[in-house]
Amino acid sequence: MSQTKQFCTFFLNGLFFGVEVLNVQEVLRSQPMTRVPLSSPTVRGLINLRGQIVTALDLRLRLNLPERDAETQPMNVVVRTADGAVSLLVDEIGDVVEIADDIFERPPESLQGVARELVRGVYKMKEHLLLILDTDKTVCVPAV
Amino acid sequence: MSLNNEALQQQLINDLIVESAEGLDRFDAEMLLLENGAGKKDSFNIVFRSIHTIKGTAGCIGLSKIESVAHVGENLLSLLREGKVQISPAMISALLEYSDALKEMMRSLQTTGSQGETDFSALLTKLQRFAAGETPVEAPKPPLVADAKAIVAEVSAEVPQAPAKWGMFADEPEPVAVVTAPAKVGAEKAVWGLFEDETPAAEVAPEAPKPAPVAVEIPTVVENSPAPIKATAPVSETAIRVDVAQLDKLMNLVGELVLARNQILQFTAESAEPTLQNASQRLNSITTELQESVMKTRMQPIENIWAKFPRIVRDVSRDLGKQVKLIMEGNETELDRTIIEAIKDPLTHILRNSIDHGFEKPEARLKAGKAAEGLLVLRAYHEGGQVNIEIMDDGAGINVERVKSKAVEKGIITAEHAARISDREVFNLIFQPGFSTAEKVTNVSGRGVGMDVVKTNIEKIGGSVDVMSESGQGTTLKIKIPLTLAIIPALIVTTGGERFAIPQVSLLELLRLDREVARTKIEMLYGAPVYRLRGQLLPLVYLDRELKLGANAAQKKFDDVQIVVVQADGRQFGMIVDEINDTEEIVVKPLGKQLKGISSFAGATIMGDGRVALILDVLGVAQYSKVISEVRDKPALDTAKVVERSGEKQTLLVFNTGANSRLAIPLTTVARLEEFSRESVEQSGGQAVVQYRGQILPLIPVANYLSPADAPVTSTGPMQVVVYSESGRSVGLVVGKINDIVNETITVRRESKRNGIAGSVVIQNRVTDLLDVPGIIRAADPSFYENHKETIQAKP
Repeated sequence: MSQTKQFCTFFLNGLFFGVEVLNVQEVLRSQPMTRVPLSSPTVRGLINLRGQIVTALDLRLRLNLPERDAETQPMNVVVRTADGAVSLLVDEIGDVVEIADDIFERPPESLQGVARELVRGVYKMKEHLLLILDTDKTVCVPAV
Repeated sequence: MSLNNEALQQQLINDLIVESAEGLDRFDAEMLLLENGAGKKDSFNIVFRSIHTIKGTAGCIGLSKIESVAHVGENLLSLLREGKVQISPAMISALLEYSDALKEMMRSLQTTGSQGETDFSALLTKLQRFAAGETPVEAPKPPLVADAKAIVAEVSAEVPQAPAKWGMFADEPEPVAVVTAPAKVGAEKAVWGLFEDETPAAEVAPEAPKPAPVAVEIPTVVENSPAPIKATAPVSETAIRVDVAQLDKLMNLVGELVLARNQILQFTAESAEPTLQNASQRLNSITTELQESVMKTRMQPIENIWAKFPRIVRDVSRDLGKQVKLIMEGNETELDRTIIEAIKDPLTHILRNSIDHGFEKPEARLKAGKAAEGLLVLRAYHEGGQVNIEIMDDGAGINVERVKSKAVEKGIITAEHAARISDREVFNLIFQPGFSTAEKVTNVSGRGVGMDVVKTNIEKIGGSVDVMSESGQGTTLKIKIPLTLAIIPALIVTTGGERFAIPQVSLLELLRLDREVARTKIEMLYGAPVYRLRGQLLPLVYLDRELKLGANAAQKKFDDVQIVVVQADGRQFGMIVDEINDTEEIVVKPLGKQLKGISSFAGATIMGDGRVALILDVLGVAQYSKVISEVRDKPALDTAKVVERSGEKQTLLVFNTGANSRLAIPLTTVARLEEFSRESVEQSGGQAVVQYRGQILPLIPVANYLSPADAPVTSTGPMQVVVYSESGRSVGLVVGKINDIVNETITVRRESKRNGIAGSVVIQNRVTDLLDVPGIIRAADPSFYENHKETIQAKP
């Protein structure tokens, strides 16, 4: 029996992503946000998470995907990082899945650009391919 | 027990380091008092107890070197305490040296974990000679101790720790005690096993719960106690040590609670449910009280850092052959601990600097007709939500010509500049990097760490430093620092649809220009907007444009222009915002690393409605928008400013009251201008008061105190009040109408004998009476200046 891991999954522009459940602090509906002028466009703003000020990053922009349409209210996946909590804005939340390690594979060579940098690997699930994000790298957004 | 031995040992060592730091500071302070002949009856007890504790604790945890060094001094102190030896200046020096030796070992213990290699035998011999040389016949102590040691060594040869342990009793001067002591060796040994073996606890117990020896007289038990840790500072039973991180966490939680409370209040304000109203009222008052209490736990009296200063002043002035007397006022002034830490080094540096550069040698002082002993006054007090610290010396003052020539020599300013600048600006040159007038490098100052570092460090925590000096009379440095960094007062503004907080410390004034006025008065200089503020050009920044927020152009056309005048790095500029909301106490929170690179923001905070607002870093905004250049080495030497300052202009607030008289007061005496509705006035002790910023502000109708010609104000509508503050107390002067703020050279001056009028001047070609504010306040409230007078009198 091989080892298994749990992932919190979500959708972005039709793609199926996951981050390790242990790195996820919580998942929230759309929150009121304060814009941060002069920052990178990826930084969507600041949210008040029970008194903690958390930076929200638009994962679509971070992964160079097209912007989501104005009506869709993004969900917040709040991940723990070395520098405190950061919220990742995603289109839709999926299930928490438990997957065996043996269907894991490194990202194919054909995966290019920023995705190559941030996607740690792929789980070949029955219906989808689950792309696993490296959260520490994902939250590194250079200030502009 | 054995499992945790190491951790316990480390804990005990840490406690010892902390305790001894406090104890030795107290020791130094008392020694200096004794040296100045100001020693209290209790002084010897205090110093003895400090050392006794250190020795006892060190002995308990097996630090034999510290213990044995402490022991020698303790002997001497014990004799002093009983009056068997008389104190002498040489002895005090030796004892201070001894305190340094202990400090050095503690430092070594903290940094390397060992007691250090330094050999203190010369010092110890000296101390022993003091103890022996003047020991009267009836107390032949030193030999007895030696004997006793020998006895113990014999009795318990198999217990290697015993001789070290023995030191605990050796302080006992009566021969009786010395005799009984060996009999107790068994118990001693048991106590020694404190960490390995709990059984002897029963033996120790009867003595352990003794009452704290409150600084009157040490009960003899203390000296006999086999567990001297218990006899530490008298505070030990009413105070506990708490990890600072724990307090910080508590502070954060209270910050959250404050925000949650704000939200609840906002919500219940709309509700008519009386139970909910009551509950939220209670929540409100409890939260406020809790916030204050928690803030207080982080507050420390400035004394904590000042306690070291008498020693520094003594040593430095001795090294330099100067005589300086240090007077400290406002020791109890409290500051947040983070700030206390931050100002420690700058203050020490200023002190050293002022002794080195400020004071003349005693001969020179006598020649100048001053007392040989210089006077250095340190004064701390609260004012307007800030703490002021003044360092005053009565030395030679800053030599303007020498500073100028030095500055020219070092290339800080050009010779033409030097010829033009005012004295005040010359004084501020000492804060320039690379500036030092020390003729020779001493070990006190002139080693490259200059006043620029002092200034930078103080500005880093949101403070400011200013210097005033009069040739031959002395120099005064005035430092203003915020009370706390965690919660700060800030002005909330809205621009481009977002709210921003501007820290109150960088705020100078608010201007509102009528739309029509703004169109002509905001002028463009090569595309850079400026406004003439009292004759001086004020560079302007459209905040929404600088922050690249979508400007709401359509709405703007019809609005007045709001300008927030701020100061950054000693220079002023105006930020144009859409709306000025309110001042609020905000909890400062750091920004995530994704935003660290944006210099325009200092952090963020959560507003009453639960949303986040960014805190502007005024200096960052200024640099980003290029209203001030990033180069810091260009002090405010612009020609415009120089001319303005050298003209000795004064800024005056012009107003009227009652009849047609035109009155003025210097703007520097005005804390704030406020408007109160007449309904908010209450009566207290026959005086009209209003509630203002959590305090009761007495109101003084100015008209009532002027000559009868000025009829009292009877108009309706909001009252215009000039808030005047002094020494932390405020009064509100009720005036008729504020007319203007002028910045003018006062030409004609005529003394006046009229009530409430100090004199007359010509302002803007019109005769204007200068209000005698202290006179009016004294007439209205004779007690107002009482506290202030006391502090003046306390100063010799």
